[in-house]
Amino acid sequence: MRTRSVITLTALAAAAALALTACSGGGDPLSADAPATPADGIIVGSADFPESQLLATIYAQALDAAGIDATTKLNIGSREVYIPALLDGSINLLPEYSGATLSYLNKESEATAPDEVNTALGEALPDGISMLTPSDAQDSDVLAVTRATADKYNLKTIEDLAAHAGDMVLGGPPEWKTRHEGVLGLEEVYGATFKEFRTLDVGGPLTISALTNGQIDAADLYSTSPAIEENDFVSLVDNKNLFRAQNIVPIIAEDQATDEVTKVLDAISAALTTEDLITMNGRLANEESIDDVAADWLAEHDLS
Amino acid sequence: MIDYLIDPAHWTGSDAIGVLIVQHLVYTGIALLVAALIGVPIGLYVGHTGKGTFLIAGVANALRALPTLGLVILLVLIIAPVFASELAFVVPSLIVLVLLAVPPIMTNTYAGIRAVDASAVDAAVGMGYRPLKVLFAVQVPCALPLILSGFRGATLQVISTATIAAYVSLGGLGRLIIDGRAQNDYDQMMVGAVLVALLALLVDLGIGLIGRFAVSPGLTRRRIRSATRPTTPRPTTPSPASSALVAP
Repeated sequence: MRTRSVITLTALAAAAALALTACSGGGDPLSADAPATPADGIIVGSADFPESQLLATIYAQALDAAGIDATTKLNIGSREVYIPALLDGSINLLPEYSGATLSYLNKESEATAPDEVNTALGEALPDGISMLTPSDAQDSDVLAVTRATADKYNLKTIEDLAAHAGDMVLGGPPEWKTRHEGVLGLEEVYGATFKEFRTLDVGGPLTISALTNGQIDAADLYSTSPAIEENDFVSLVDNKNLFRAQNIVPIIAEDQATDEVTKVLDAISAALTTEDLITMNGRLANEESIDDVAADWLAEHDLS
Repeated sequence: MIDYLIDPAHWTGSDAIGVLIVQHLVYTGIALLVAALIGVPIGLYVGHTGKGTFLIAGVANALRALPTLGLVILLVLIIAPVFASELAFVVPSLIVLVLLAVPPIMTNTYAGIRAVDASAVDAAVGMGYRPLKVLFAVQVPCALPLILSGFRGATLQVISTATIAAYVSLGGLGRLIIDGRAQNDYDQMMVGAVLVALLALLVDLGIGLIGRFAVSPGLTRRRIRSATRPTTPRPTTPSPASSALVAP
């Protein structure tokens, strides 16, 4: 039947044409061609938790307000995913935490105090990537227990906890299983070997719920988490400095770090405090939008 | 990926691949059992009596549309205050898996019962069978191929979705996928994904094999006679007994 075969042939030809267009002009869409000038726009990336997304949005909004084109790629994933993205050019700026980035880039580093960490980080960053002025604001990992547990074992520091760790269940994100600032470090530095490790989320609702309701005894939370005050958790003091200083610092691709960009970001870093972060995290936990919270902070500090 | 499988460190400890597979199968098994306990009686009732067919279709379709990952997390947050132990994570995961498995089992049971040859049911009623005996002696055996296919569909869905249990700190093959992603270890992720697919295939083949033995051979070799073509009686040769009667 002629009509049938004509229709079939047309359909096949269309399908073949579509397939062939996929073969040509490929190339890696993520690869950066020539070094991008700031006119091409800054791409700000972030990790997959609200505070990182908030900081990235603050950077992007401030850059926009200063007339520099900035877009965001939020919620990329954990450090093991977004640092490679920075290295291959898919993003060119991100808000980082000095100590954790240092651990990632240089496992051998022994720096723990803020100044040491900043210096060591500057040396550890690969070619083409640089750090701008760090902020005084910090958000470090903290091992938290409930008030009841702290009273029961009389816990003030992680060292106090180590003696009882064998009876306790630790909860944290999947990265903690293999990270030095996690299960491995707790064993090496404090000698704390927990009965069990439960893989939950990054200090989010699952972890907080599990700590409140007893499925875990100790949790990895972040020090600016509003949940610590709301639920009367006790943040154990890291007396042996396993969790090193975590100042908020912009990590940027060198070719994007023009004077204007640097000025904007330095102003943000100077104005940001840990208390600000706690307040903003509280607002985010009340389901206010990241854009609104960022805009409000910038307005308060005359940076918008 | 092969390196990951060969490495003996991945076969020992609490996260061993063997342990994860067993956990995965346990979650699947329990979910299917509970789903069968719920779905099969409802399907049998609706199929046999014909009442509530509209309801069954609506409920089944609504359950299929559930976003499983979101529901698991929501249920964990709601149920966690009740249990102080791992059950706070196990119960929500199982609830979600059961909700996922009930529609295929329920609708296939119902469809299977409806598709039973009406004359077989009629013959059974004519022989004096009570309704329950009609159901279990005639309708269920005839409907078995469709019921089993409902189980196969449900099993496939549950095995692939049981990976979400790992999101709320449980075991199962999802552990490899989630940990692999967070640790940027794509070998681990691949192994998890491939093992889930292989497991689903193997269990599916297993159920097919069970069907081969459980389903009555009369069903599988059934030839369908056309209603319009008249059946002609086969010519019979006279037997010695009947010709003896006729002979003088």
